[in-house]
Amino acid sequence: MTDPPAAVGLIEPVHLELSGEDEAKLAGERGPAVAMAMRLIVALAKVSQAPRLIDVESAHIDGCLYHGQAGLDFAEKLAELGASVSVPTTLNVSSLDLMHPGLVRLDPDETAAAKRLMDAYVAMGARATWTCAPYQLADRPAFGTDVAWAESNAIVFANSALGARTARYGDFADVCAAITGRVPYAGLHVTANRVPTLELDCSGIPTRVLDSDAAWAALGFAVGKTVGERVCILTGIDSEVADEDRLKALGATAASSGGVALFHVAGVTPEAVAAGADWPAPDLPRISLTADTLRAARDDLTTATVGDRLDAVSIGTPHFSLSEFAKLADVLRDGEPFHPSCTVWISTSRDVLALAREAGFAQLCEQAGAKLVVDTCTYLVPILSETVRTAMTTSGKWAWYAPANMGIDVVLGSIDECIASARAGRVIRDEAVWH
Amino acid sequence: MLCEGDGCGEVLWLDEPLSFWGGTDIATAVITDVHHPQHGISLAGRVLVMSASRGSSSSSSVIAEQVRAGVAPAAIVLSSRDAIVVLGALAAAEVYGTRLPIVLLGSAALEGLPRTGNVCVRADADAASVTW
Repeated sequence: MTDPPAAVGLIEPVHLELSGEDEAKLAGERGPAVAMAMRLIVALAKVSQAPRLIDVESAHIDGCLYHGQAGLDFAEKLAELGASVSVPTTLNVSSLDLMHPGLVRLDPDETAAAKRLMDAYVAMGARATWTCAPYQLADRPAFGTDVAWAESNAIVFANSALGARTARYGDFADVCAAITGRVPYAGLHVTANRVPTLELDCSGIPTRVLDSDAAWAALGFAVGKTVGERVCILTGIDSEVADEDRLKALGATAASSGGVALFHVAGVTPEAVAAGADWPAPDLPRISLTADTLRAARDDLTTATVGDRLDAVSIGTPHFSLSEFAKLADVLRDGEPFHPSCTVWISTSRDVLALAREAGFAQLCEQAGAKLVVDTCTYLVPILSETVRTAMTTSGKWAWYAPANMGIDVVLGSIDECIASARAGRVIRDEAVWH
Repeated sequence: MLCEGDGCGEVLWLDEPLSFWGGTDIATAVITDVHHPQHGISLAGRVLVMSASRGSSSSSSVIAEQVRAGVAPAAIVLSSRDAIVVLGALAAAEVYGTRLPIVLLGSAALEGLPRTGNVCVRADADAASVTW
């Protein structure tokens, strides 16, 4: 009898060096929940060929958005085994808005399951932050520290705008890192993997064009399409027009359109500032981005036509910041109402909303007719009216996902374009902003 | 070896990377991505040969859910280190005790696999094999 045919060339893993404490966790000496979490972290380390594990200082968990029974069973099993997070841990958006019951139109069974999932993570000691923008909360990661963050926009912001270090964590890995406090030394935790390999020359984009959040979303779309998952450095941008809200817009869109987890902006982001004249290296490949690139990106993120009837405006993806509330309040202060057929939605976190109320910004938005959503986001679960056909947004990420998730047409525009359109009840484009 | 287990089934080569989240039906494992050339084919019970998954880390949850529902592939043969696929299988193994074997093959070995017919994957802590 001859042996059956078989594949040779199965790849063997590299050696993973575990500390004594790692071994103790794996062996169950710190309890069954820690052992279960450690098994997944060790497996992740083997997949990513990490030589060892490292400590993290905080975690951000994305697993609290309900995708089905398995995610709930996993979280509840950990909670039942007595799991608790070992580092400060924040929670990403959920499937519900607990402050505004009834706003999200899920069936009762799914609502109950989504709530149980949220409860399981809170039972493990994670903070009930329910936001995709944990970087807007107090106690955010310091430059150079290792963290385990999930959610693509949070990952890219932590790496790029804060100079903290996180690999691309997602479902299951995030909570296991929070419980064990350990992650594989791999990916963007490794200094060598953080150096830009591509320069994007933005000196051809007029500074006045970049003085708008939507322009940074369009820029992010172009960056993602151009670099994929590579680390790039943007040059030729006046640091005066760069702020955290704009870096948020760039990163969130680039993570959606290309899988970007780290970008640098010369003279702006902390690692680029620290590198000074050493970045970009003189032999780096260089690609030029122009105002034409931005307009093309804007139009790629737009499926409706100027002049179309507008049913909704959605802003705050990722979650609206206090400074964005302040800017919006300025625009709304003249008191001109929104068109009755157009609803303006603002997604934010409960923490930022509390600050926006204290400052009076939230009341101004509500007086103008805007509706506030917390704990979740308008493109993840049914919130907008079923009759909405066309919506406008400042968010590149929302514009990227909404047509497929919700079956609607979208328009990417600046906050001024969005508000002018909401008041007119039809899509208004101010081309001067984009030239 | 990336995940332990035994599994046999009719081999299915994925022509392009696939996002399990948004690209497959969570309850049936049928490919729903209209841009994918194998749109409409079910992954259930097949030995899946693929380079890598694509897109969202929520794919881990979808794979775990498909294991729970009994519609996951019988085994997966990967040619790249895809943590999203592995985490989904490992999470399901922890919660349900159902093992979805996953092995990593070099590109030359991968090319030697048959395009059709029955294939078996066996993987434990010390050794792994792909036979047909």
